[in-house]
Amino acid sequence: MSVLVDDDTRVVVQGITGGEGKFHAGQMLEYGTNVVAGAVPGKGGQEVHGVPVYDTVHEAVAEEDVDASVVFVPPAFAGDAMFEALDTDLDLVVAITEGVPTQDMARVKKRLTETDTRLVGPNCPGLITPGEAKLGILPGNIFADGEVGLVSRSGTLTYQVVDNLTQRGIGQTTAIGIGGDPIIGTDFVDALELFENDPETEAIVMCGEIGGEDEEEAARFIDEHVDTPVAGFIAGRTAPPGKRMGHAGAIVSGSGTGTAESKIDALNDAGVPVGDTPEEVADHIEEFLS
Amino acid sequence: MKLHEYQAKEVFADAGIPTPESQLASDVDGALTAAEEIGYPVAIKAQVQVGGRGKAGGIKLAEDADEAREAAEAILGMDLKGYRVDRVLVEAAVDFTDELYVGITMDRGEGKPVAMVSTRGGVNIEEVAAEDPDAIAREHVDPAFGMHPYQARKAVYDAGVDRAVARDVSGVLATLYDLWDEKDGSDAEINPLMVTADDEVVAADAVMNVDEDALFRQPDLAEMEEEAAGGDELERKADEYDFDYVRLSGNVGIIGNGAGLVMTTLDLVDYYGGEPANFLDVGGGAKAERIANALDMVFSDENVDSVVFNIFGGITRGDEVAKGINEALERFDEIPKPVVVRLAGTNWEEGMEILNEDLVTVEETLEDAVQRAVAYAEEVNQ
Repeated sequence: MSVLVDDDTRVVVQGITGGEGKFHAGQMLEYGTNVVAGAVPGKGGQEVHGVPVYDTVHEAVAEEDVDASVVFVPPAFAGDAMFEALDTDLDLVVAITEGVPTQDMARVKKRLTETDTRLVGPNCPGLITPGEAKLGILPGNIFADGEVGLVSRSGTLTYQVVDNLTQRGIGQTTAIGIGGDPIIGTDFVDALELFENDPETEAIVMCGEIGGEDEEEAARFIDEHVDTPVAGFIAGRTAPPGKRMGHAGAIVSGSGTGTAESKIDALNDAGVPVGDTPEEVADHIEEFLS
Repeated sequence: MKLHEYQAKEVFADAGIPTPESQLASDVDGALTAAEEIGYPVAIKAQVQVGGRGKAGGIKLAEDADEAREAAEAILGMDLKGYRVDRVLVEAAVDFTDELYVGITMDRGEGKPVAMVSTRGGVNIEEVAAEDPDAIAREHVDPAFGMHPYQARKAVYDAGVDRAVARDVSGVLATLYDLWDEKDGSDAEINPLMVTADDEVVAADAVMNVDEDALFRQPDLAEMEEEAAGGDELERKADEYDFDYVRLSGNVGIIGNGAGLVMTTLDLVDYYGGEPANFLDVGGGAKAERIANALDMVFSDENVDSVVFNIFGGITRGDEVAKGINEALERFDEIPKPVVVRLAGTNWEEGMEILNEDLVTVEETLEDAVQRAVAYAEEVNQ
């Protein structure tokens, strides 16, 4: 079982003729994802890995009955690509692009409130339902089919924690990388709600990091609405205030909000154990499942 | 990217926000000439990228040439919170009756810009926000429409700004929003916006932070970037190599891919009793040369006693990483500091085959790699 995607999901890749788009479209196809179209202005009529390319997303949707888009469009044009996808009323848009200007994302976020489309990202690794489909750049081989839902703001940290789980024989329902930017589509609360309502998800891992207050908000939501056991991890305990640690969002303000400590406290108060190491997160999940 | 005060003032003045007459100077004579031309009294202000310049002695008032010389001599060349002061802004001192705060920033929780106005300007506004949040009027702006004129007026009246200047302050706020919007600002602030006895408003300070991801469409500001950079020499080198790098106070050098994973590696170094020397994210898809540059960076930090490399490949390939590590280390007759490598994910097996194990220590798990690097660093200090 899964949330958001399965092996029936029909996918268009925006930017499929670019380096990243081409490579990862191939990887997605190899994983078994139903990539049915590409969309690149001016490249209509070409084929990439045997997949037909259209000039517009609208055309791809009309011709190939698409459900979801994965965006590999460079940052300057990524906002526009998201608007284009939203205009076709797809169920799901996954934006991989890193470095989308924040003001562009504010406008996309506003547009999202006027549609039924779900956006994941930007600046994220995408999502995967092991054995069925992956939309994004996650390395498929480390995932295993199972009963843990995972949501994370960081791509490589997702891989690390999944690896700790899979090595112990613990598989995943779906893993969602929501991205570390200040303004994103799907957030922790949205993902937690999806997992809570998924009958196959028996436990949830939530990987957060310093900056913003999304983890604190997620903790409040868990306290009130989530019965599925959740284990957490927060990256950036040693980060100094005022410094940007890679992700635009991973910056600790001087005033005590957005720190690792405030996030860990909030999660603990909501009954969520937070591991000191990824290995400890796996320990907690193992306990939940036994 | 943070503009210097003088740069931000230029941008604000061009847009029509009143600013005091000012000139930039890089030596004492230049400062005195500027002060004569502007006319006393003047404020002499250090142009470095740190907050709290006034308290730290970086801003001084001068009534005449003697005081100006004294102030310029004291400020130029001083060390201000780790930054050397090379330039001062000489500015007409404003005779004020009130100090206001106006600012625009992105409220990430709401996903919307927010305009703020307060009559408690001239002080640390974060403190005001923490102690008395009601002292700051806030107005969220729909990013698709921009700020409506009524919103600027509402914020100003909500804040309780004196009616005599309310109209001018609304005008400044509206202009500030348009600038923030057009220039891809992340924060735009005037603190204080001074009110004079004649009921005029003047921007006595100017803050403009620009979204670095948007510099591609802000060519004018991108030109200012080089000047604005400054700071730590290693951090400048990181800019050159285009790394996300933050220097810290410990002795275990850390290199990894992906912000979350690198932060986690830092945290584990701390957890196992070591102290991180830096945060260095090589980003996604790094090729051999980039990996070699990363090692070069960390080796050139004198505080580093050992290095841990933590790569979990998705886009990044283990064989490329291994090649880069070999290339970087083969340049040395003797490896300057012990390097521990942990490779996982895409092509890790190919990477392990390539990796020259005479030059590095290989560990299979993150936990083992971190503990080994911490142990090496401890050995050095014994």
